Amino acid sequence: MPHITLPEGIPGIRSLAAYRPDTGKFLYQWAQSLLRGGDSPLSEAERELIAAYVSYKNECTFCYSSHAAAARFLFQDQGAVVDVVLSNYQQAPISEKMKALLHIAGKVQADARSVLDEDVAEARNRGANDRDIHDTVLIAATFCMFNRYVDGLGTITPSAEDRDTWDAMGARMGTIGYVPPK
Amino acid sequence: MPHIPLPPHLPGITGLLEYRQDTAEPIRGLTQLILRGESTLTFAERELIASLVSHRNECRFCTAAHSAVTDILIGESDTCTLVKENYETAPVSDKMKALLHIAALTQRGGRFVTESAVTRAKNAGASDLEIHDTVLIAALFCFYNKYVDGLATQLPDDPAYFKALGERIAVSYGRRPEGYEHSILDH
Repeated sequence: MPHITLPEGIPGIRSLAAYRPDTGKFLYQWAQSLLRGGDSPLSEAERELIAAYVSYKNECTFCYSSHAAAARFLFQDQGAVVDVVLSNYQQAPISEKMKALLHIAGKVQADARSVLDEDVAEARNRGANDRDIHDTVLIAATFCMFNRYVDGLGTITPSAEDRDTWDAMGARMGTIGYVPPK
Repeated sequence: MPHIPLPPHLPGITGLLEYRQDTAEPIRGLTQLILRGESTLTFAERELIASLVSHRNECRFCTAAHSAVTDILIGESDTCTLVKENYETAPVSDKMKALLHIAALTQRGGRFVTESAVTRAKNAGASDLEIHDTVLIAALFCFYNKYVDGLATQLPDDPAYFKALGERIAVSYGRRPEGYEHSILDH
């Protein structure tokens, strides 16, 4: 049950953008630039993976389920990697660079001051550049915001097991991106 | 040292918002709207939320900046200090105590905001919109605190820096009209 009276029948972040469209517009523009913006060295799929991972660590079912679905859609036939990353990214068939970036993202989620010079150096050793480091921290910090907003107001969340609903959401996110409700 | 190269004259959040402008634009727009847009919460009340959350996240840059602007808006520094120490006994309204409590819970995580914390705020006179804005501001400051600290941005040790920044953001969170070539102290 949402903690405030929100437009009915709409789940998650979308209900909040429908409730307050002026802030919602900026939030959707932020998500679109962050996750679909053209000049990140990280692919859209990789960015969604970081978002899903951080949201999973924050135990935000709406955000991790939807962004995992978006990541699966964008990874196409490599989609099975997403579930492995959520449970144990060190064992996942992803690049060594992505493992180092997920390590940093996890630290931002837990306590941003715990990101050490050594963590960043290791990521750079594995091929990360300034933008990779910056974008990883930005995505992790951003999802710490979205997760708190979505859960802090008790928005409607479909069951985590309802894969059809999430897959449909993920396909939409993967095709048209982040478009606020009218 | 920051984890990526940033201009030394732009510490904390300021260098980050210049580093990547496509995301900075909606972040700034949202911040200006939620903290300085029309609201039944005063600027100072909203900045108390920002200061409390930043303090709980132990983000020194953000805590210093938002405490500075709160002090400027209120006209004294005791209220902000007391809110950070213990908002339940600070000299603020019962409604603000209830909203600060919601902000403190949001800082820990969205799922920590209980129905009873929300009911307390409603009983103290908080509207749905005030509750919404409190959660959004608290969430937004978790973002800012983690962005600033996750990249190990520079923390100025000169209190004059935070006084100047406080004076600027008391008015607006938009881009500085004079641009970003110089330190905020050089004007």
